[in-house]
Amino acid sequence: MSTFKHRVCPATGLRIHNSAENLIKANAVTAIVFLAVGGFFGLMVALTRWPAVHLLPADWFYLVLTGHGLDVLLVWIIFFEIAVLYFASAILLNSRLAAPRWAWAGFALMLVGAIMTNVAVLQGNSSVMFTSYVPMQAAPHFYLGLILFAVGALIGCFVFFGTLVIAKEEKTYQGSVPLVTFGAITAAIIAVFTIASGAIILVPTFLWSVGWIGSIDTLMYKTIWWAMGHSSQQINVSAHVAIWYLIAAVVLGAKPLSEKVSRMAFLMYILFLQLASAHHLLVEPGISSEWKIFNTSYALYLAVLGSMLHGMTVPGSIEAAQRARGYTNGLFEWLRKAPWGNPAFSGMFMSLVMFGFLGGISGVVMGTEQINIIMHNTIYVPGHFHATVVAGTTLAFMAGTYLLVPLIFQRELIMKGLARWQPYLFGLGVMGISVFMMGAGTLGVPRRVWDITGADAALKYDYSGAAYLMMGLNGISAIMAALGGFLFIAIIVGSVLFGKRTGDKPLEGLTMTTATKYGSAESIRIPGTVVLVAVFFTSFVLYYFVNWKYLAEVWPLR
Amino acid sequence: MAIHPPPQRIWWNEPIARTEIVWIVVAFLWGLLMFSAMIYWHMEGEQNLSNESYRITPELFAEKANAMVEKYQVREEAGFPVVRPPPGSDVYMIARLWQWWPIIEFEKDQTYRLHLSSMDWQHGFSLQPVNINLQVHPNYDMVVTMTPNKAGEYGVVCNEFCGIGHHNMIGKIYVTEN
Repeated sequence: MSTFKHRVCPATGLRIHNSAENLIKANAVTAIVFLAVGGFFGLMVALTRWPAVHLLPADWFYLVLTGHGLDVLLVWIIFFEIAVLYFASAILLNSRLAAPRWAWAGFALMLVGAIMTNVAVLQGNSSVMFTSYVPMQAAPHFYLGLILFAVGALIGCFVFFGTLVIAKEEKTYQGSVPLVTFGAITAAIIAVFTIASGAIILVPTFLWSVGWIGSIDTLMYKTIWWAMGHSSQQINVSAHVAIWYLIAAVVLGAKPLSEKVSRMAFLMYILFLQLASAHHLLVEPGISSEWKIFNTSYALYLAVLGSMLHGMTVPGSIEAAQRARGYTNGLFEWLRKAPWGNPAFSGMFMSLVMFGFLGGISGVVMGTEQINIIMHNTIYVPGHFHATVVAGTTLAFMAGTYLLVPLIFQRELIMKGLARWQPYLFGLGVMGISVFMMGAGTLGVPRRVWDITGADAALKYDYSGAAYLMMGLNGISAIMAALGGFLFIAIIVGSVLFGKRTGDKPLEGLTMTTATKYGSAESIRIPGTVVLVAVFFTSFVLYYFVNWKYLAEVWPLR
Repeated sequence: MAIHPPPQRIWWNEPIARTEIVWIVVAFLWGLLMFSAMIYWHMEGEQNLSNESYRITPELFAEKANAMVEKYQVREEAGFPVVRPPPGSDVYMIARLWQWWPIIEFEKDQTYRLHLSSMDWQHGFSLQPVNINLQVHPNYDMVVTMTPNKAGEYGVVCNEFCGIGHHNMIGKIYVTEN
């Protein structure tokens, strides 16, 4: 559609329309600003929970913890996801964006909502945590901001769907959509479900906060709230898995081993991921075990099956591409000779490994109906989701941003030397955060608690020395992750503002040629990936049974 | 590539590599096993939640707890009554801003029906160092039949955020040798 303003990407030959490009820029930049704010809050939280430092007073701690959850778990991630949706539709499908004015309206609503909720939190009367469980009440504009944010995100989803329709009608591509776009469609479908659940619970809660509704049942609130709260994490999973495939393709020319398997794995997410509200309800009164078992397992673990498949097909496609390039010695030459100095690749691969080994395994174990008894609401829970949402999603989004800078912002990275190290610094820091919080959780340390010494309490409970050590190590890891996060923001903001314009030069570090033949059953050889998957599966099985053993040691309950 | 439309228009008829098929089957069976494990534990395991719970008002629950304290109080500690209810009986523990009330004394290897409910917001019953964690709601009376199997002094910390005094909400359970 040459009547719409566009340029041609020198690397891919794709038409990049101004409307899509500007919206991707606006959403990505806003996302990164909120990452900076929320990340700073996170550092304050970790330094307060480091018993030897104990930085903030109690009221500030609970305020900052609420802000941390909102800004990084919700605002940073959703803004970035909207950018991903526009990229995966308009850019990858070579199309213009549907209804850019609506997209800007959605963007404005999200921004206003995010700021409104942040203001409510900073005013001090809404330290109710990200979950805002009733009957604890926040200021009305806390809920209103969330609602506006959600409406804006919903508009973004529909602009994405509209773009798919336009691209199909205007025949901007041939055949089926690319796998990455398919992943983005998965994310957008789950997002619609998520936002609908959010509306069903947050609108009445807002009305309750202004006094129009008398009371809200606590269990009903929690069940529906988590249909939003957990499903939104499944948007993240779909989006970051799509980014894994994107980076493997752009950096290494990797092709999916089999389009069918990878797409089926995404389809599993759409069909089953929404059941995960149950993960948060395993030790509640008033819910039957039958309901808990079916839902917490995503119906026979079929969504977990989806993730386990991506866990083989993503590294497998990388191995196949590397072997096709001639790195065929032994089991792991393909991995050793991977572009570890390219932050897009190193960030992506660490995200893949940590999401699987730390986040995936701990999530399934913790989501086992009975095992949840020994983990629910301990700091094991944030340990788990920092592995999924920070090491998994945030690190993948950071890696993806290293591609957006040359491709969309058309700038070269500044501080290339530091950029090489940034994913490692952030990744190792987050790994520490996850591992040490999970460790402290198994020792009983609760989440969302300002002080574990019981200094001001009438009755005391003394945690073990090991628990204190874990919380200290968590603090040190958080400093490392915060440095990595700061470096990321400095590099990206610096590059976008001051980086050399790339112009029509070919972009370094990107492979736009395909390295492998299409999903050929007869030619695939991925022995290294098979070994990696076997190591993963063994760890999974061992850790799973060890936790049944821990459970068997606690007081008999029925 | 994953960023291009599949080169084969009819990609869904392409054969799948054996490696992938084997992994799909293994992962699927593992899921079935994990699913069955939860059901198996309900039949053979000793740590399960009962699904026994009732709707109740905070006033009625407090009344029951007070009646229990009046009947079975044995001493006082730091302003809290310590109760020693008989084995097999219904034991009530109140969660409120910001205390677990009263202190309870169990006898080792005896079974008790512990009732938990909140007077106000949600709270988290976290028994330490055993690490049994249960969610406590207002208006729901949750019944857990527990058999303490080791004597000692246990802490009950709150692990559901409940406002500015959350970290001070610590209670106690004693388990004595019989």
